[in-house]
Amino acid sequence: MAIYARRRLINALVMVLALAATGFGLLWLVLVLWTLLWNGIAAITPALFSQMTPPPGSAGGLLNAIFGSVVMTLIATLLGTPTGILAGTFLAEYSRGSRFGEVVRFINDILLSAPSIIVGLFVYELMVLRMGHFSAWAGAVALAIIVVPVVVRTTEDMLNLVPNALREAASALGSPKWKVIVLVSYRAAIQGMVTGVMLAVARIAGETAPLLFTALNNQFWSTDLNAPMANLPVVIFQFAMSPYADWQVLAWGGALLITITVLFLNIGARALASWGTFKQ
Amino acid sequence: MAAETVVIRHEATRGGCSGAVGDVLFRSLTFLFALFVLLILGGVLVALADGALPALRTFGFSFLIDEVWNPVTEKFGALAPIYGTLVTSAIAMLVGIPVAFGVAVFITEICPIWLKRPLATMIELLAAIPSIIYGIWGLFVFAPFVQQYIQPAIINTFGQIPGIGALFAGPPLGIGVLTAGFILAIMVLPFISSIMRDVFETVPAMLKESAYGLGATRTEVVWQVVLPYTRIGVVGGIMLGLGRALGETMAVTFVIGNAHRITTSILQPGTTISASLANEFTEAVGDLYLSSLIALGLILFVITFIVLAFAKLMLLRLQKQAGG
Repeated sequence: MAIYARRRLINALVMVLALAATGFGLLWLVLVLWTLLWNGIAAITPALFSQMTPPPGSAGGLLNAIFGSVVMTLIATLLGTPTGILAGTFLAEYSRGSRFGEVVRFINDILLSAPSIIVGLFVYELMVLRMGHFSAWAGAVALAIIVVPVVVRTTEDMLNLVPNALREAASALGSPKWKVIVLVSYRAAIQGMVTGVMLAVARIAGETAPLLFTALNNQFWSTDLNAPMANLPVVIFQFAMSPYADWQVLAWGGALLITITVLFLNIGARALASWGTFKQ
Repeated sequence: MAAETVVIRHEATRGGCSGAVGDVLFRSLTFLFALFVLLILGGVLVALADGALPALRTFGFSFLIDEVWNPVTEKFGALAPIYGTLVTSAIAMLVGIPVAFGVAVFITEICPIWLKRPLATMIELLAAIPSIIYGIWGLFVFAPFVQQYIQPAIINTFGQIPGIGALFAGPPLGIGVLTAGFILAIMVLPFISSIMRDVFETVPAMLKESAYGLGATRTEVVWQVVLPYTRIGVVGGIMLGLGRALGETMAVTFVIGNAHRITTSILQPGTTISASLANEFTEAVGDLYLSSLIALGLILFVITFIVLAFAKLMLLRLQKQAGG
């Protein structure tokens, strides 16, 4: 009986610890979001969206940084999405069991988790050094390289979920394989693929490291894609590390903006995905 | 009649032909983009190696084992950043693995079904929060808290023990290796726990039920049935988390203090490879300085590549085991 009591005690202890670990994890989520809201809400003013990043000591907003972030994220998504979808299509539709497909899948999964700062270094070597200056293009390409593996992965996963009977039915009607893929597989998997793109956008919306060496930053309004461009993450980095109180408040405001965007995209993507599986 | 048949047959061949051409075109197109994925990785390797060459040629092997980092005399060694990267990641793993394990056990074994999804989603949202947010939060909220409450307590207790006391010596600064490692732990927690959760779910219910039928407690089922069955996947998940921790940049840059030196005390500032890059790259003057930083990047890339490849191999093995 003593052994039994001991085992039950150990079990209860472990279960309490598991509960505590979960609470511990959630605690940080709540803490981070709460302090972010607490510190950032004061900075959310009309000026934040209508004025440029100020020099230290004067009032201003983040308009140029918000614009730059949106532009670069948009270009990166436009570049990365088709690339990712086509590569993912190859993996799901053409490479079943092939050695080459396995290698691509393997490398893609490594790119998925590779440090983003390395991507920044790569694009610096590839574009910034050759062009001789930092530019929004370089920033967008760096972000696109981060988009690609995410989209490849979700596209492949989603296409693999499409029942083969659908493909066979279309093939039996005499359609060539590319039509089967474009008109049947894509249509069946579109929800999941959109989810993947949303997650990729969420991922790059807050990426800082790859932009440090590529888009750099710009204190002024600029729409020139061949010149350095302001962007929220790098502005937050610069302003938060500065000793000026005004800048730090703006950094909190920017941080809150990014987090809301990212969480919104993430939760939206999840909702879309679960709605899709529900329908199936 | 005959004419009609001919026409139909003609249409059919033409349709088949354009389909075949379309097939070849589409297949080649997707193949090219798949190849492009490989090219990205190859390109990264070539570009970094090319950029790192001047530094590696100048310093040779000693680049890896030299602690000096002096832009003025142009003497560079990577030991301090490598050391910082490894130590912060080790702290992250030490804290992160048990917590991730606890979370995974709670979600798969204890938690009521209706709570599973929301809980898993919330933990995964920790991974969605951008690195820079952890950075700004760490700098303004967490570091001051650590400085005021946690570090004095550590210094007064562990710091006084002879031997390991050196690990916890020095004034409480708030920022430093320990703080960075702890924030890393929070950041990798969702990655590790979500993989653990996924692999725990692959354990056949029959196995677990058999153990329960024999009178095993939940702890014993987890420890003696679930863990042995999913061992490879768990290691894979941990490796994946480690890969993330090694390369994490912004959060660490904010709180590690960026000091190019090796100290025994984990309460003191240090630096990591990624933090050095983020802090110094755009301000680096001189080809050798720049090249040394790129060499740091190359080292980081090689280390993370090995760790991630190992993780992936482990997870693939589990997949095969589950499939066969």
